[in-house]
Amino acid sequence: MLTLYGTSVSSRLLLGTARYPSPAILAEAVRASRTDIVTVSLRRETVGGKAGGAFFELIRTLGVRVLPNTAGCHTVSEAVLTAKMARDVFSTDWIKLEVIGNHDTLQPDVFALVEAARILSGEGFKVFPYTTDDLVVAERLLEAGCNVLMPWCAPIGSAMGPVNLPALRSMRANFPEVPLIVDAGIGRPSHAATVMELGFDAVLLNTAVAGAVDPAAMAAAFTGAIDAGRIAFHAGMLEPRDMAVPSTPVIGKAVFS
Amino acid sequence: MTFIINGEEQQVAAVTLADLLTALDYEGEWLATAVNGELVHREERSGFSLGERDRIEILSPMQGG
Repeated sequence: MLTLYGTSVSSRLLLGTARYPSPAILAEAVRASRTDIVTVSLRRETVGGKAGGAFFELIRTLGVRVLPNTAGCHTVSEAVLTAKMARDVFSTDWIKLEVIGNHDTLQPDVFALVEAARILSGEGFKVFPYTTDDLVVAERLLEAGCNVLMPWCAPIGSAMGPVNLPALRSMRANFPEVPLIVDAGIGRPSHAATVMELGFDAVLLNTAVAGAVDPAAMAAAFTGAIDAGRIAFHAGMLEPRDMAVPSTPVIGKAVFS
Repeated sequence: MTFIINGEEQQVAAVTLADLLTALDYEGEWLATAVNGELVHREERSGFSLGERDRIEILSPMQGG
């Protein structure tokens, strides 16, 4: 079981709810993934609009825990206010904290992130920070009150998969007791399996499922890959070798000439 | 009074935030509101008096990653 701020969940996949072809397909994907946690957002509601209400009801029917985000925020004050508004609507003190620092890469502004994390932790929020794989930033986030870290493995929506495996390994080694969730950059199930094999605790993804031809089938594929990676991590994998090693014993081999 | 509602200037006859939501046909327990950069809780809206050119944000749940 994975424990996040005292809450145990059985699934190690956190699924985003954006970019699906339809609400029905989103619901199918959530069910197929067997996830316990979905991410959601807040946006301006149009006058007399009911779009938010329909989505709110859909999420309720799925019976999953909600992790609201502060996507699109570029400053500490925007992120803090959005988090407070999310808590008011979703009745949860969980917040996926995003403070974007670069428009092209959607790289987090880690300085603002740490400051926002400190403010929100002080106000009782359970902060899930979207961060980089920088160890010093990670340390600062923990000092700011975070008990979970969510490093990217590549830019959001890029589908590149883990571009810096040594950095992720180093993060795992430096913070053996902290739940680490790879958030952003995963494109295919093998990417998810790879980070789980490194010992990461969970994976958060969205576009890789929502953008698939069959999102529900892809959600199930990711769940299988995440489980496989997790089991492999615990089973103890071989390290690569430079030379061939015969798998069939050579003792007792027949000699024909 | 004139307000800046979700970034758009609008004239609405409203004394409190609750009045404004009603006047603009906003309804539902899923709305989040802020005035001039500060959260106004659901239960505080009926007692929250608005002023000229207050900046009002009205947000609702959306799909997110």
